[in-house]
Amino acid sequence: MISVLLRMAEKTHIPLSTAKQVDFAALLFRVAQSRDRQAFAKVFDHFAPRVKSFMLRKGASDELAEDLVQETMIAVWTKAALYVPERGSASTWIFTIARNLRIDRLRRESSFHFTDLENFDAPSDEIAGDDALNRSQEDAQVAHALAQIPAEQRELLILSYVEDVPQSMIAERLKLPLGTVKSRMRLAYRRMRRLLEAVN
Amino acid sequence: MTIIHHLDDATILSFAAGTLGEALSVAAACHISMCSECRTAVRKAEALGGEILDDLESAAVSDMRRAATLASLDDGMMARPVFAKSDMPPPLQRLLAGQNFTQLRWRKKAPGVAVYELPLSKSAKGSLKLLSIAAGMSMLEHGHGGEELTLVLQGAFKDKIGRFARGDIADLDEDTEHCPIIEEGETCICLYATEAPSHFKTFIGRLLQPFLGI
Repeated sequence: MISVLLRMAEKTHIPLSTAKQVDFAALLFRVAQSRDRQAFAKVFDHFAPRVKSFMLRKGASDELAEDLVQETMIAVWTKAALYVPERGSASTWIFTIARNLRIDRLRRESSFHFTDLENFDAPSDEIAGDDALNRSQEDAQVAHALAQIPAEQRELLILSYVEDVPQSMIAERLKLPLGTVKSRMRLAYRRMRRLLEAVN
Repeated sequence: MTIIHHLDDATILSFAAGTLGEALSVAAACHISMCSECRTAVRKAEALGGEILDDLESAAVSDMRRAATLASLDDGMMARPVFAKSDMPPPLQRLLAGQNFTQLRWRKKAPGVAVYELPLSKSAKGSLKLLSIAAGMSMLEHGHGGEELTLVLQGAFKDKIGRFARGDIADLDEDTEHCPIIEEGETCICLYATEAPSHFKTFIGRLLQPFLGI
């Protein structure tokens, strides 16, 4: 975790990562439209190692991590037509698939499946103007915003997203009352939102 | 439907990060399915997750696994799941296997108070219940554990915070004390999720001694 934090803290100048150079939304579109295996392989080669890293950090064994990578990437293939670029970047979409599959694996016996938000969107849910922004642009903005928030708030975000620590455990770990952790989370989230809305 | 009471930002973040417990996730997902404002908020928080994923250092995937994945692709495509038109939020629809409130086998806890327990996976902490409370009833003043959610599905209740009607969710601070009164006219049905069973006991204990018919 410390390495991630340091890396994030160092990121005052955000370099464009590969995700911003390659248009993954366009690749996903090719996967959906023409079942393009070459396009899929490119998506795989970028995201599979990241999804694996994500699973490992959340405590999966190497084998389980690879199982979940395979499930995630096959879901990317079969659900490509359901990807709506206006609603989020390819990274965000793949993050939600990986997150949901992991949770569903942990809760295998349950009949509640962690659901895609898209399933809930009423046809009347208009995609707001700022939502229709180029998502790869937004990714860079998120990275930038993340680098701008105070370290203690960033730490909470990383603990939640990467290390999979629930709020009550974060409180225990940092020896803080749950209420304090929650208000820091709120601050972090609001700050991120404000920073993102300001650039839009 | 105008929703007034939304999820707390801290809950939105946990939901998007996938660290919210199972019971709370169901209640949150039900609210989110009814509330486009919270859907937007979750999307923003998920974008953060996408960025963090993209930023992670790579962990090499074995060649075997890569080959196996590419070889297993077929031409099948997944269609968007279709949910039957219903007043029931889709996540709950699935848990109740399509039954409506009148078809459930409610357990009577006290006059005017009934409970229906929803199944969670074995590893889940806490509990998830539907509460049915008769119109006009009032609950004793009680506090909250800070890790619980109450979503109104039918009817309404009022307390010092305001009026909670269908779609509203009470995502209250630990230190909030209140004594909700169920509105006249309709039985109030809520989805109640908690991570800590002990809190629920106190809560139910208090439900068991309501002032009747205020």
